[in-house]
Amino acid sequence: MLQDILITGLVNSGVYALLAIGFSLIFGVARIVNIAHTAFYMLAAYCFYALLVKTGLGFAGAAVIAVVAVTALSVLCYRLVIEPVREHEAAVLIATIALALIFQELMLLTFGGHYLGIPSTLEGSARFFGVSIPYQRLLILVVAAAMLGAVWFLLYRTRLGLAIRATANDLEVANLMGMNVHRVAMATVAISVALAAVAGVVVAPVFVVDPFMWLAPLVTMLAIVVLGGLGSMKGSLIGALIIGYVEAITVFALPAGAYLKGAVALLIMVAVLLARPEGLFGVAFEEER
Amino acid sequence: MYPLRRAWAELRNEIFVLPSRTLVLLWVVALLSLPLVYDDAYVLRILTMTCIFAMFAASWDMLAGYTGQVNFGHALFFGAGAYTSALLSQDLGVSPWLTIWAGAAVAALVGWGVGYLCLRLRGSYLSLATLAFPLIVLGLLFAFPGFSGGELGISPVRRLVLTPTQNYYVAAVLMLAVVFGLWLVADSKFGIVLHAIRDDEVAARASGINTPRYKLAVFALSAAAAGLAGALFAHYLRVAGPSTLEVALSFQVVIWGIFGGVATIYGPVAAVFLLYPLTEWLASARFEFMGKTVNVGEIRLLLFALIVLLVLLFMPRGLAPWVRDKVETQCPRCKQRNGAWKRICRLCGASLKADASQSKVARAERLVGHQ
Repeated sequence: MLQDILITGLVNSGVYALLAIGFSLIFGVARIVNIAHTAFYMLAAYCFYALLVKTGLGFAGAAVIAVVAVTALSVLCYRLVIEPVREHEAAVLIATIALALIFQELMLLTFGGHYLGIPSTLEGSARFFGVSIPYQRLLILVVAAAMLGAVWFLLYRTRLGLAIRATANDLEVANLMGMNVHRVAMATVAISVALAAVAGVVVAPVFVVDPFMWLAPLVTMLAIVVLGGLGSMKGSLIGALIIGYVEAITVFALPAGAYLKGAVALLIMVAVLLARPEGLFGVAFEEER
Repeated sequence: MYPLRRAWAELRNEIFVLPSRTLVLLWVVALLSLPLVYDDAYVLRILTMTCIFAMFAASWDMLAGYTGQVNFGHALFFGAGAYTSALLSQDLGVSPWLTIWAGAAVAALVGWGVGYLCLRLRGSYLSLATLAFPLIVLGLLFAFPGFSGGELGISPVRRLVLTPTQNYYVAAVLMLAVVFGLWLVADSKFGIVLHAIRDDEVAARASGINTPRYKLAVFALSAAAAGLAGALFAHYLRVAGPSTLEVALSFQVVIWGIFGGVATIYGPVAAVFLLYPLTEWLASARFEFMGKTVNVGEIRLLLFALIVLLVLLFMPRGLAPWVRDKVETQCPRCKQRNGAWKRICRLCGASLKADASQSKVARAERLVGHQ
């Protein structure tokens, strides 16, 4: 059981980390609480399914096209829906909720409400320490690690990353230093949704694909981001590990654990917030006036 | 004769001078007299639900709009009221007329507790943390089905009254009482303090306002109103189930509140009265399209989201403030509101039609970046 907990926790943490870091990025740079973030993850899973099963493209081709298409769609949504109401925070909030609902309903209309099965990208399983791990789960782990590495490289080793970090730190000063903050915000939207889309594509064969698959990860992702500190990459990563393992332990160790896993994860978030209101790695911002 | 003349003078001078007040009066009269002229059971059912949700949306606005504590888990209070009232009336056999108040009281207690836990949080942290509470309770309900009825909830719950008309009047009268009560509170000195807390909490504290106490009071007050709505909901639909705690309901109230216009009380109420009947009507509507019958019920949530999105693009501050700005203007000198057709202010006599030079200055001020 211990090995099960270790492996399941690690795989779930990888997926959560991909989602949470993207959400955290877009909040840090543009102060957008993007409720539709996991809806893009759902869209990517559906897109992958449609390309794979209906058109018969290979796994790699379908995955790449799905990620690119969803990212392009997110930039379009940002330009058409979010940018015109950027000054009104409340309007941005329900615009993202409305977007998520629209995606959910469109998928419901197109594919129906039943669960869709997607064939595994890789068959077979490997054995570590007496536990057999399907290759598909290993793939999730590898992809998550690679994407996290890529994001780290982008943020800390490129000029765009510098601009993103500067904008997240202080939007007005970044603007005064000659950075095009609108374009930086758009690039951040693209990066963040691309991460969510990658997560959607790799988990599609393991988790069930249905139009409501965005709700459960949304809540977990929000818990992780708040736990780690809004806008902090390191916080999101560590938060994802904590919540991933807590969920795994609850499911395997408690009776009725499947019902309680969300509740326990959220309780931990609340407990952390009580001790440290700005999350584990959040910065206590000077009150914005 | 004198009281009648006096009443007419009050009506003319205080209500008919402003289009918004006239609209509110018309709405109240229409609401109370509708069953007398048209008592179709289906229409009354939809309007009863509308009244219950209007109460719920107004309570959210008190907390999120006025005080700035944007609550993403408002369904917790709704569910607390529903479950408390249902459990008390079923297990202890207390009259539902008493248990709905018990539901409101328990919800107020829960609201106080949530407020206490969230005192140090602000902004997005508060929103996202409050989202967690109803889900924690939901997890517990599913894990211990013996007490809560699990996924099915508690049913059948006893009714308050029997006929559709009586149900309608109970919901409508209680809704009017709660909404006008909240509006009075929001308009009082207490409400001004709430505005101050939302706009700048540090400055409010520096001015000697005990902000934690005010925030706790608002959490309890708003939760009590939401709990009353939840209790009415449970006794009307005769079931208190997990749907009263779901994320969907919490998001729904956020949509109503922001769509109608926050920090107004009447905005969210107007939004519910527009959007809820609209979605119900869409659910049953069907039309011919290219020789096929399209059932709108399947795409109603899609249409709902599209309408909300489009309206927001044109009225980012919400529906009610937009309409109010169209039919009324603010006097530049005494800040009182006037009908849009007036040339001079009805109270201080200042000219309301801004001349060319004034509007130019206003535009220059905007360029300087004054918010």
